Amino acid sequence: MVKSNSNNMSAVIVNNISKKYKVEKSQVTALNTVSFEVLKGELFGIVGPDGSGKTSLFRVLTTLLLADSGNASIEGFDIVKDYKIIRKKLGYMPGRFSLYHDLTVEENLSFFATIFNTSIAENYDLIKDIYQQIEPFKNRRAGKLSGGMKQKLALCCALIHKPSVLILDEPTTGVDAVSRKEFWEMLQRLKAQGITILVSTPYMDEASMCDRVALMQNGQILAIDKPDQINLQFSKPLWAVKAASMYNLLKTFKKWEAVESCYSFGEYYHVVMKSDLNGSDVIKSYLLQQQFLDIEVHQITANIEDSFMALMNKSHD
Amino acid sequence: MKQFFAFVKKEFFHIWRDKRTLFILLGMPITQIIIFGFALTNEVKNSKMAILDFSKDAASSQLVQKMSVSKYFDATTVLTNYQEVLPVFKKGKIKMILVIPQHFANDLQHGNQAHIQLICDGSDPNVANTLSTYASAIIKDFQTAIVKEQKLPYRIETDIRMMYNPELKGAYSFVPGVMALILMLTSAMMTSIAIVKEKEMGTMEIILVSPLRPFGVVIAKAIPYMILSMVNVVTILLLSVYVLDVPIRGSLLLLLSEGLLFTITSLALGLLISSITDSQQVAMLISLMGLFLPTTVLSGYMFPIENMPLPLQVMSNLVPAKWFYSIVKTIMIKGLGLSYVWKETLILIGMTVFLFGLSIKKFKTRLS
Repeated sequence: MVKSNSNNMSAVIVNNISKKYKVEKSQVTALNTVSFEVLKGELFGIVGPDGSGKTSLFRVLTTLLLADSGNASIEGFDIVKDYKIIRKKLGYMPGRFSLYHDLTVEENLSFFATIFNTSIAENYDLIKDIYQQIEPFKNRRAGKLSGGMKQKLALCCALIHKPSVLILDEPTTGVDAVSRKEFWEMLQRLKAQGITILVSTPYMDEASMCDRVALMQNGQILAIDKPDQINLQFSKPLWAVKAASMYNLLKTFKKWEAVESCYSFGEYYHVVMKSDLNGSDVIKSYLLQQQFLDIEVHQITANIEDSFMALMNKSHD
Repeated sequence: MKQFFAFVKKEFFHIWRDKRTLFILLGMPITQIIIFGFALTNEVKNSKMAILDFSKDAASSQLVQKMSVSKYFDATTVLTNYQEVLPVFKKGKIKMILVIPQHFANDLQHGNQAHIQLICDGSDPNVANTLSTYASAIIKDFQTAIVKEQKLPYRIETDIRMMYNPELKGAYSFVPGVMALILMLTSAMMTSIAIVKEKEMGTMEIILVSPLRPFGVVIAKAIPYMILSMVNVVTILLLSVYVLDVPIRGSLLLLLSEGLLFTITSLALGLLISSITDSQQVAMLISLMGLFLPTTVLSGYMFPIENMPLPLQVMSNLVPAKWFYSIVKTIMIKGLGLSYVWKETLILIGMTVFLFGLSIKKFKTRLS
């Protein structure tokens, strides 16, 4: 049963999904009228801090949770009505390492291959690049693998049945920088094979590797666009400021009415002024007046994290 | 079907690789049988008794001799006067003292009436009761031997025969009990823990997203424990036949099938527990409180149900072990066939169907 869809280009369509949890008598809104579309073959990122609703969204999409309202479809199949079909088409890698610790690498993989009605040999091409890296340890128990290797094995297991849509919940959390980079390269290769990938991450720097990103906070999507387009939305000049006493500097900025926002970023503070005019001079003279030493101010272009902070502040107002 | 077997195989790996749990599962019936068979017994054997013989004649020494050769008594301590009685009891080792007054043989032969006193340690009423009954029986036996040649008018001889268990062995009642207990523990507790473990580890998330059907998952989880439980049934039967001398009088096949039925009942209970809990600790606690206690207390093998207050008697009907206990006793000890246990069997089948239906219905195809 193949359903015709209004937009044949979309692999995932999410429409006004809301989900509330009950936590000790009070209600928590995990998802608040979330809507977006993921195109076929797209690498779509969902970026947001912990507790922003990424995992809940993925659980709704993987048919593990029922939404309170709204609807969604994957490859044209409704996530509630056609959940059985979707479960065959989907590759899902939960945020927590969810394989059997007491089974070996190979046993885990062949188990997941079998329950998805396939075999390792059948889809070996798809996982070859990734599996070759962990193959030397194929007789090791999965619980004894390093963090990066665990994620690679989990990815193999999620891929073994050749899913058309791959949903990865924070695959790089807790993984070292080198493995993270490798992991994203693998995602790019999978994308090249035509698999639609929906991936969430709390790391802003990873967002720039996606085709499009959705910025998510408090169960709401703040913006969806290509990473560089999101940066363009950042309309005001951004200043990186540094001085000898960083702690006092932050306190000063918080008190100063002319400052719109200020947050730390590496060794600098990123500052947005309410008025666009001559920010550098205004900041320098004000800080000199406040008797700061070693003042350094220069303009920078916004990166995805700056955009995210700006959007977050906007949604708070 | 291939998926199903892959799941069963995986389940066996889990059990096999967790050597400690496997050891407990397979060792439990052996230790239980041995502990109940040899250590925890309410039978009276080799009780220490003392003799206070004032008569010291042929008849009295004959009686003492008869007492000490019986396996119930160990008559090694000999007292010389009444002053020693209290100190001996205070020490606590001696449970009974046989007092034979002077001129015992003389009174017996010429007076036609002799007296004997039994002094028991009443601080444990059951033991005291049993000991005095055994002693009286031996004395009566002794008397019968003496008066054999004489024909007394009006005499009632009571002939007591203990059907099915002439020696009144405790093993006859605890073997079925231990069997019910072990099956309940291995099947119900271990299955519930095994399923909840998948929830705790997060693997359930992937299993749910797979095309496996819930029914298949549940059955595949239960099969290894069913096999393990049947191994335990066989171990218990072998131990009871060859170590405890408890015979299997009825059909072995019927006994094994009833064992299988009860295993499935317990599995269904375990599945139900797993579907309503989310952590291994809670599953274990519920299994212990909700299954272990009723199984030991309300199945009838430790405390007779007939003596319980009515509400407890009614409640005991809900305990599957009660019915299984009665089935095993009937088949194994009494040697009767299916026609005597069909009612209990039907009740167990009914319970199993109900529990299985409920747990399949309760098994969540989603996370919450």
